[in-house]
Formats: sequence, C-alpha cells, structure tokens
Amino acid sequence: MRPFTVHTGAAVPLLRDNIDTDAIIPSREMKTVSKSGLAAGLFAPWRYSDAITRAKNEEFPLNQPLYSEANILISGHNFGCGSSREHAVWALAEYGFRAIMAHSFGSIFKNNAIRNGLLPIELKWPELEAIARWIESDPKNHQIMIDLKTQTVNAGPLGELIFEIDDQAKNMLLNGLDEIGLTEQLESEITAFENRDRKRRPWIYLTGD
Amino acid sequence: MAQTLFDKLWQEHEIKRLSDSQSLLYIDRIFLHERTGAVALHGLEAAQRQVRRRAHAFCTMDHIVDTFPGRTDKTLMPSGTDFIVATRHAAHDAGITLFDINDPDQGIVHVVSPEQGIALPGSTLICPDSHTCTLGGLGALAWGVGSTEAEHALATSTLRVQRPKNMRIHYIGEIPEHLSAKDIILATIAKVGAGGGAGHAVEFTGAAISYLSAEERMTLCNMAVELSAFTGLVAPDDFIIDYVNGRAFAPKGDDWNKAFQHWKTLHSDASATFDRKFEIDLTTIKPQITWGTSPEHSIGFDEAVPSIKQAATPAQAQAWSRALQYMDMKENSKLSDYPIQAAFIGSCTNSRLSDLRIAANYLASTSNKVAAGVKAICVPGSGRVKRAAEAEGLDQIFIDAGFEWREPGCSLCFYAGGENFGTQARIASTTNRNFEGRQGLGARTHLASPLSVAASACAGHLTTAEYV
Repeated sequence: MRPFTVHTGAAVPLLRDNIDTDAIIPSREMKTVSKSGLAAGLFAPWRYSDAITRAKNEEFPLNQPLYSEANILISGHNFGCGSSREHAVWALAEYGFRAIMAHSFGSIFKNNAIRNGLLPIELKWPELEAIARWIESDPKNHQIMIDLKTQTVNAGPLGELIFEIDDQAKNMLLNGLDEIGLTEQLESEITAFENRDRKRRPWIYLTGD
Repeated sequence: MAQTLFDKLWQEHEIKRLSDSQSLLYIDRIFLHERTGAVALHGLEAAQRQVRRRAHAFCTMDHIVDTFPGRTDKTLMPSGTDFIVATRHAAHDAGITLFDINDPDQGIVHVVSPEQGIALPGSTLICPDSHTCTLGGLGALAWGVGSTEAEHALATSTLRVQRPKNMRIHYIGEIPEHLSAKDIILATIAKVGAGGGAGHAVEFTGAAISYLSAEERMTLCNMAVELSAFTGLVAPDDFIIDYVNGRAFAPKGDDWNKAFQHWKTLHSDASATFDRKFEIDLTTIKPQITWGTSPEHSIGFDEAVPSIKQAATPAQAQAWSRALQYMDMKENSKLSDYPIQAAFIGSCTNSRLSDLRIAANYLASTSNKVAAGVKAICVPGSGRVKRAAEAEGLDQIFIDAGFEWREPGCSLCFYAGGENFGTQARIASTTNRNFEGRQGLGARTHLASPLSVAASACAGHLTTAEYV
C-alpha cells in the first residue's frame, strides 16, 4: 500500500451530502475483474452529459480546467455511503485523489479508503465550507497541506485545522503496511482463541478442513 | 456490567484489543459473490495466500448473472462473463462452497445465507456487500466490507474492526394493518436520517418487533446500512430458533442443543445503556413511498411531496432541490400524480417467500392486471424461494397479472445482468436504494413495499393497497 505522510496539493469542492458509491462509480462502469481501469468511470453520471459518447458535462467541477490539478476532494455529510464496492476507492485513487475531506463518511468506504492509502479526513461543516470558499477563490494557486503525523490540515488563511484518526489506521497509512501480514503475525493468538471458542461454540466449527 | 446484545456479540468474538477503539475479531462465516468476491480471491492468490478455513467460506452468483429463463454464463453486462468464469475458477481453486448458476439453491447472497443455515444467530458473518447487515435479523453480527477486508478475513479468519457505538431504535405501539417491515424501516430512515446511524450498531427493539417473522426482521435489518449504520440487529428468540432449525448448514444433534441454549442468552440486558436512543410510534406510520434520491426521502403514500421551504438546513434545501429536479417532481404534489413505466419486485430486501405471497395475494384477490405501458418484473431471491413459490402457484398469479417471472439474482436493483429500465424511467421498486442512475440512466426509483409496488404496477401510478 502506498504510504501517506505529508501531501500538498490542489483541491476541488463537491459540497454535497450523501454522495453514494453508485455516483462515485456506477455498477455499469466496473468492467474488469481487477482493481484498475476504473478512473474513466469515476463520477460518470455527473462527469459525462452522455454516458455512451462520454461527452463532457462542462459544468461538473472535475471537468473545469481550473480544477484539472486537483488531488484533494472536499465534500459534505456521509460521503461514500451505499454499496461496499471498493471500486469507488480504487477509482478515486486511480484518478489521482490522495485525500477526501468530508463531514463524515460511509463506514465501509472509510475502511476501504484507509486500506488503499486514500486518506479520509473528517472536518466540521463550517471548516469545510470555509476551505471550499477559499479554494474557489483561486483554485490553481490555493493549495492545501495535509500532515498525517500531526493530524493537521493547513489551508492558507484558515490556518491549521486538526482532525482525528484512529491510531491503528494512522500507523497503517503512515507506513503503508500490509494489514494481512500484520495479522498473520498473530496466528498463535488466533489459534488459541479457536481452541477456547470451540469448547464454547462447537457448532461454529464446520468440518471440511 | 450490563451489556447490550451488540456488546455480547463483540465480546464473544474479540481475540485481542489492538487499540482503545480497534479489536481483532473472529469471523465465523464469509460469503462472496461474483462482483467483488473474485477480486478478493485473486488478491489472495496473487499474494500466495490461502483461505484459512475453507469450510467457513461460501460463494454465490447473483450480482452479474442474468435472471432470464434459460440463462447461461453469457450476460448483457459488458465483460460480465469474465466475472462469472473467474469467480467459478477462483472458488474452485480455493476449495470453497459455490452456489453456481445451475445450482438449485443459487440466489441472492443475503437470501441464500439464512435459508442454508450459514448465517446463524450470534455468529459473525461478513461479505463484500453492504447489505450483509440483513442477517442481523437472525441476531447475527453481520456487516459489509470491501474486497481488501474480505481478503483479510479469508486469509486470517479475522478482521481488525473499529468498535462502533450502541444505538437503539425502540418501536412503541402496534403495527397498523397494511403496514410491512419495509414501511417501518423506510419511515425510520426518514426520521433518523441517511447518515443518522453512522458509527453505530443499531438494535431494533419493541414488543411489535418480537412479532415480526424472521423474514420481516431481515427486511428491517437489510436497510440499516441506509442509515449508514455499522449494522442492524434484532435479538434472536424462539421464532428465529425455529427458522434456523433443520437448515443445511445449521447445527445438528448435540451441537443444536448447545447452540439454541446459547442463543437464548443473546439479548440486551434490561439495564444496558445505549449511546443513542430513538423511539418511534408505529401507529403513526403509513405505507411509505420515497420521492427523492436518498432512502431518507420517504413519506406516507398520501402525504404531499415536501416543499423546499420545509428543509431544516441550507444543505438539505439544496439536496431536496437537486432530488426534485432529478426525479422530475414538483413540491407539494401528490405521489399518485406520477405515472410509472416499470415495477420491480425482488432484491435482498424483498424477494423472500412472504414478500412474494403478499404481492401475489393482492393480484389474485383483486384480479387486477399490470397497467398498459408498465414493464413489471418479479425476481425470487433464490432457487429455494422460486420453487416454494411455484409449488403454491404464485408464479402463475404473477404471470397472469402481466409480470415477468425470472430466475434468482440481484437483477434490476442495479444493472445486474446488464439490464436497466431505460433512460428516465419511473419505477416502483421493492429495492433498497433510490440513488441517481441506480436502475438506469436518469432512472427515477421509488422505493416501497411489495404490496405497494404490486398495487402501483396495476394502477399505473404510485399508490398502495390494503392487505387481503
């Protein structure tokens, strides 16, 4: 997994609530049994005025030249709600996004993001609105700096904003750790649990292996 | 110390506390499907890892497979065959049980796992599908994950989980006649909000809930994710124990006796505390139909579409305005003013035998037929549901009324099988998501119960009916 330490970049506001994973990438855009080849389908329902010809919807922020460099997304409440499809995170990451700032996230989306080096940052609604206004005033030059170690977002005149993140998630992101590898080191504890649990709940342990 | 049902299930599965907020939990059952499961199995293979407990992992075909009679691996879904074939090979190589296309018990993952006794009360079950919370209806701690987490669970029989808080939604009063579990959960989401359950495991309680059948409880818990909740739960009781007894993968003999004695202890203690509590008076709920593009946009069938002035915040006003525009609806209008072009009965929310019976009873007793110009489709949730329905003659009732009768799968809930209802079609649907474009480009989905969808199909516009 690609580590996340410090990132400075341009941002694009998409200040809507409840942006669901069907909007981030519709089912019809997930065309291969793979984690890649998904960027073209990102926000397809909004990005294209015609789904077939891929004619661009010029009003959609991602299609505006001012936001062509953006790699931080600013959104509202409950970003990534809906389907568990990890393709939503893969599509955002492949498009170039490194961080999403929102008031809150769908819980499966948030877990998926952390496991793919896409940093989910939760900020208060007035902070998000203020950042969005500042970005819109000069999208090309107003850049945001995110420091995961200090859990801070630095957005020009708005100064330093602090965000919360779970210690385990932070450690994984900072070091780009493979979570499965970490858990495999706990195998003896997992086996010990099973030996105890098998006495309590024998019906759980199906035979066959 | 007094514990909630969720606390008990968490404690039973906690192998190790990894931090103040995260624990390593034991995962009893893993279910995969061909949309996201193949990616997880491929990831495992690429990393040269194995499925740690093959007997605890299962797979079905539902998200991509066609639902036309006589279907094969071919599907209208672009490159869909690749997913089907890749999943079959990956499941075979991994040595896990697969409910393949021609398996008589194939079906929608959250219909198959309870009817096979794979999801059990008190067990942990994960699936790379957000509606896994459905199994909370049996008292299982079940939740949806991404492909990477599914890979983790396959490789280690565990997951690293952020501990959610406890929330209780308590229902008072009796369930009015003509009201279904679907109406109750839609009204609940409208009240609590599409983000209202975020970071919480939600237990549904109340005397009326204990009278709901296992299938109705699954409908209720199915949409806990539409509250953005970690999962939904109903405490298991004798109804559930009876439901589980004798199913293919359910405990047998001495194991069964131990299991059901244990399951009887799985309920929140009387003095357990919840971080958030809601109380909902069932007697005030009317049959629900959604008007917008979030499940929280739900109203009683005879209530007016809200006006933007009523919105609580500027952000909500903006969201309502966008939703009205997308849905091509007017403020203060009546739902019955809107003609529909399609009706869909199916999905992990409402494709079980009791759902089909309600719709079929309405059709049979009224002799109403699907209105001209309405494409109506009924998709049973599994092979077992389909056979049981056919044994009762429900298939013929649907067909005689003008419905298509299909093979099991997720189908038109979201382009499964590559099908959709057409550009800007207005659809009465028993599914769980009315998101933009979910059932077709610009399609306008109105969520409702099986009874309301059957009634709307025949009326040709959004409406409901009374039970018969």
